[in-house]
Amino acid sequence: MYNEKVMDHFNNPRNVGEINNPDGAAQVGNPSCGDIMKMEIKVEDGKIVDIKFKTFGCGAAIATSSKVTELALGKTVDEAEAITNALVADELGGLPPVKMHCSNLAADALHGAIQDYRRKQAERDDRNGKADKAPGSEGID
Amino acid sequence: MTTQKVYLDHAATTPVHPEVAKVVLNYMVKDFGNASSVHSFGRTTRKAMDEARERVADLINANPKEIVFLSGGTEADNLAIKGVAEAYKDKGKHIITSEIEHHAIIHTCQYLEKQGHEVTYLPVDEHGMVSPEDLLEAIRDDTVLVSIMLANNEMGTIQPVEEIGRICREKGVIFHSDGVQAVGSIPADVDALNIDLLSMSSHKLYGPKGVGALYHRKGIKLVSQQTGGSHEYRLRAGTENVPGIAGFGLAAKLAKEEMEERVSRISALRDKLQYGLMQAVDHVKLNGHPEKRLPNNLNLSFEYVEGESMLLNLDMKGIAASSGSACTSGTLDPSHVLLAMGMKHEVAHGSLRMTLGRETAEEDIDYVLEVLPGIVQRLREMSPLYHKETR
Repeated sequence: MYNEKVMDHFNNPRNVGEINNPDGAAQVGNPSCGDIMKMEIKVEDGKIVDIKFKTFGCGAAIATSSKVTELALGKTVDEAEAITNALVADELGGLPPVKMHCSNLAADALHGAIQDYRRKQAERDDRNGKADKAPGSEGID
Repeated sequence: MTTQKVYLDHAATTPVHPEVAKVVLNYMVKDFGNASSVHSFGRTTRKAMDEARERVADLINANPKEIVFLSGGTEADNLAIKGVAEAYKDKGKHIITSEIEHHAIIHTCQYLEKQGHEVTYLPVDEHGMVSPEDLLEAIRDDTVLVSIMLANNEMGTIQPVEEIGRICREKGVIFHSDGVQAVGSIPADVDALNIDLLSMSSHKLYGPKGVGALYHRKGIKLVSQQTGGSHEYRLRAGTENVPGIAGFGLAAKLAKEEMEERVSRISALRDKLQYGLMQAVDHVKLNGHPEKRLPNNLNLSFEYVEGESMLLNLDMKGIAASSGSACTSGTLDPSHVLLAMGMKHEVAHGSLRMTLGRETAEEDIDYVLEVLPGIVQRLREMSPLYHKETR
């Protein structure tokens, strides 16, 4: 059912784990549909310097999670945001049609983490904006 | 490094017994006549068929004349359900079955619903057991058929068939049982169990694929679902698959002879596997009835991990099993059987079914016990659910 590339990512998943104090995090999917993906990113100077995932799911779910982290690592947040589920599936050499929804989930998890990062950025900027009225203070995360 | 191969999916299919394979080959190349032919080639194969019919009947304490050979369990289910529905449609159009039946039953019932029949699907408890009281309540004056499987293929639970049969007999309702998974594995006496129609499949009892039988009690009317020649008492037209039928017959004979030994040996190995795994891994749940289950069936749910990824990992180690997870079903739904038992989706997704067979050796069980706990642990470490629950 799965080609060599998919099996490689399934057997040797890249970037499994968690990040301490991630800059962005998201969890997508739900137990009913059988796939749950958690993605966490660390961002420095607008670049994703670290990305980790945890997945409950089938071969395709694990492989697509791994692949999407591989694609996103080292990219700018904007570049990573442009990664689509189609790209993930393509980079894996294709997935069986019934498994395509797993690639959707992987891209959604990444985008979710990025959105969370942007939201946190916006909140921080807001706080910094207010704190500017009191010079010398720093934004508190 | 050669990987040890361990086949633990006997519920899906079984290897043909070597003696049976010889018989099948014989009726392909040497005694190949059409059983309906008048000449000696036909007489030889006609005799082989008679012998097979006796052997299959003997396995279930039936009269050979009550055995109809056909292409498998699915066809037997179709003939039983549609055959009775059509034959008795003037008496009524109500059929009772259960939520845990094989798709061959459920989809056939759904087909009949579209034709104007009414079907009641009895629920099951958390062990997957049908309640005879529920059945009693569901029977109406226009009920023409009850169809409840002898034992379930997914989680192995053996149904209270004797009581169900008794109720049907008292109420004058025809009782069909899908015995595909059970016949050959556990005793199935159609008289003791008051069964009127019983579906059987060759490839579940070390016979060849493509052949099965429907036991059909004398007096029960059936409308043939495959018309043509007058084969099989005009119930199932088509030149008989003598190689398959002869093979099935021998497989049935061997199943009867070896049943006691198989049950005791295989259930001991299954128990070793079950207790071994439940000791080595935590957050594991047994699915199905703890005692009233098929001797070769083990179905466990491993929390926090998903079935297909377990199967892939096992496959890489040469171990073949199956799962009730959605990802293995080809649809997005987990096994309807597990859900009918009230199982939460995520528990169904983490299910693993291992079904042992006559060739399963103790070393095979030891190998699984060596390999599976590590697989589960590795998958749990990758799972977002595990640490959240156990932190």
